[in-house]
Order: sequence, then structure tokens, then C-alpha cells
Amino acid sequence: MLVWFTYLANYITYDLLGLVKETPLANGLHFFIEDTSKILVLLLVLIYFIAIIRAALNPEKVRYYLQGKHRFIGYLLGSFFGSVTPFCSCSSIPLFMGFVSARIPLGVTIAFLLTSPLINEVVVVMLGSLLGLKFTIIYIAIGISLGIFAGFLIDVIKAERWLVPFLAKQYQSEQQVNPVQYIAHKMSLLARHQFAKEETLNIFKRVWKWVIIGVAIGALIHGVIPAQWFSDHLGAKQWWSVPLATVLAIPMYINATAIVPVLESLLLKGVPLGTTLAFCMSAVAVSLPEFMMLKQVMSKRLLFIIAAYLLVALSLLGWLFNAINL
Amino acid sequence: MKNINVYGSGCKNCIATAEVLEKTATAIGVAIKVEKVTDLQAIMEAGVLTTPAISIDGKLVHSGSVPDQKMATAFLS
Repeated sequence: MLVWFTYLANYITYDLLGLVKETPLANGLHFFIEDTSKILVLLLVLIYFIAIIRAALNPEKVRYYLQGKHRFIGYLLGSFFGSVTPFCSCSSIPLFMGFVSARIPLGVTIAFLLTSPLINEVVVVMLGSLLGLKFTIIYIAIGISLGIFAGFLIDVIKAERWLVPFLAKQYQSEQQVNPVQYIAHKMSLLARHQFAKEETLNIFKRVWKWVIIGVAIGALIHGVIPAQWFSDHLGAKQWWSVPLATVLAIPMYINATAIVPVLESLLLKGVPLGTTLAFCMSAVAVSLPEFMMLKQVMSKRLLFIIAAYLLVALSLLGWLFNAINL
Repeated sequence: MKNINVYGSGCKNCIATAEVLEKTATAIGVAIKVEKVTDLQAIMEAGVLTTPAISIDGKLVHSGSVPDQKMATAFLS
């Protein structure tokens, strides 16, 4: 089905505009037309269906499920729910406090908060449409594992010491916590449709221009920079390129949407998978505004530990994938 | 007179929520007093998980989105 978008790009580039094949301009334009049309259509369709499915899932329900679960099951569930529960990032703080006050282990909460931006519908749809199923599955598996392991680590180092005082007190108080109440509402198909329509339009309005910017940069790389340059400078032999990629990606949180098409063209030019993955995940997970927000509930020290964990873990993963050369 | 709290960290959505409530109240002729609660501890103690959230006379009625006029009318009447 995705081949339609290739036909469309063929038609416009070669038939309508009459450009000569394999010239930088034709290559770049073809890449641009195919990718923008493909991404924008897929985003509209798939986000709508994803939203229909998960409309009835909300943080209240997740908290109800997570309370009182065994720690290790909690990390797994927390990480999983983080990737599928829809909520606005401006709710991160109340959500964090709500989980802590329900005495859900801190590690489980962190696992939830970490995977939530990492595995989001926009990034997954874009990865799937541009970089293929294999890359997307690896990405999701790594994302969930990163969350689980972070949760485990957070509880091992007893990170609750580094919460802001009123939360630390709440978390460690001897007082019995009441089990949280949750009343499930059955959601009608119409209500699901309403939710999905709004989600899709909101997301689309937010990301469409970034898609175009990202694809334009990708097209430029695709058309102009020779593959030789990449294998000489950013190949698997340059071990330092992986940690460099994770660090360079930090300011890219501005928009992760723009990054995926750039990555596609880098992969096509032969930049190794591990380096690409490390860059992509670091750009999505290590977001400065998110960290600034979390400063309201945890100390700088804990934030620093989480950021360092992400950078180290992503570098290791990048090296691993470059070494096994999938 | 209904006492209404709007919980949230003061982002755009919370201001929009308060505005919708005030407009609706005027339209249907219900007297209300809206207070924006931004203190983190107060938000936690109210049991709010997603913002913006609304409580009327101490009871949480809505959370997680800016309500539209229809929803606001239902809360207030």
C-alpha cells in the first residue's frame, strides 16, 4: 500500500516536472514528496485509530491497576502503561504526585513517566512508515526495557530520599493509605470517536509543519551529501560517534517529529543502526522542559541521575547494535 | 453560590477552563466563585491526577481537559 506514495512521487518528479533521474535535485524532490505525503496521510489515519482504541484508558485507571502490585510486576506494567496511556505532558506533575501519594513504588512511577514520551503515537507511526517494522519493534522493545530497568535502579538506590520534602514525607509516612477508588465508565463508540477526532486534529495541527521541515532537511542530505562522507565520518568504526550522537540529540527535543525523516536519510546513507537509534531515543527521552518541570517534585541530584542513566544506557545500546550489525 | 476550584499549574488550559466556567455561569444565571489552585501540595491533596481539574463545593467533577460549554452547563446546573 505504501508503494502508492512512491508512485505519486515518481509521477510528480519525473512525469510532471520532467526531472532527470539520479540528479541531486530529482533525488531530493522525490524523497520530499514521497515522505511528506506518506507521513501526513498515515498520521491522520493511524492516530485516529490508535486514539479510538485507547480512549477509555486514563491515568486514574492506571493508578488503580498499579496500586499494591508487586514491585517487579509494577515495573513491567508501569513501563507498558506509560507507552499506551494518553495524557498531556502538562499533567506529568500532578500525575507523579498522585502516584506517589497512592504509595506506588517510586521506581514504577518513574518507569511510567520515562516510557510515556519515549513511545508516543507520533514517533511510532513515523518510525513505522519511514524506517520499517524492524526498526520500530526494536525501538519499542528498547523503550520499554529502558523504563523497566530505570524503575528497578531507582528503587535500588532508594531515590525517594531525593524527592522534594512534602512528597518524601508523604511517601515514607507510616500512615495507612486508602486504596484508590476507580469507577469505570463505559465509553460509547460516539464518545470514542469524539475523543479520537479531537486527538487527531490537535496532534496534526501541532506536528504537520515539523514533518515538512524534517523531511526537507532529510531530502537535502539525501540529494546533496555523498554517502562516502558519512561512512568516513559517522560509520561504525568511529566509536565516539555513538555517545556524541546521544549528547547532540539533547537539544533536539524541540521537535522529535522533525528528526525521524532526517534519520531515514542518514540510515539510507549508511550511518549505522546503533548510532541512529541512540540519537533518536535521546532526542525524544531527554527533554529539557520536561526536566525543568520535574524539578518541582524532585531534587537536581535525582534529575541528574536519570539524565545520566539515559545517556549511558543509550550509548551502550548504540554500541551494541553497531557491533552486532543488524 | 457555588465555590469552584480549578486545579492546575497555571498553564493555558487552566485559564481557559476558568473562562469557560465563568462564561457558562453568566449565561445560565448561576452565581459562582472560581478560584485557581496552583499549589502542588493542594493539588495532590485534592486527589487530582490530570489537569486542568474542576471541583465544585469540594467535590471533584472533572479532570484532564478543558470542558466545552455543554459539559460546563451540566456541572453547574
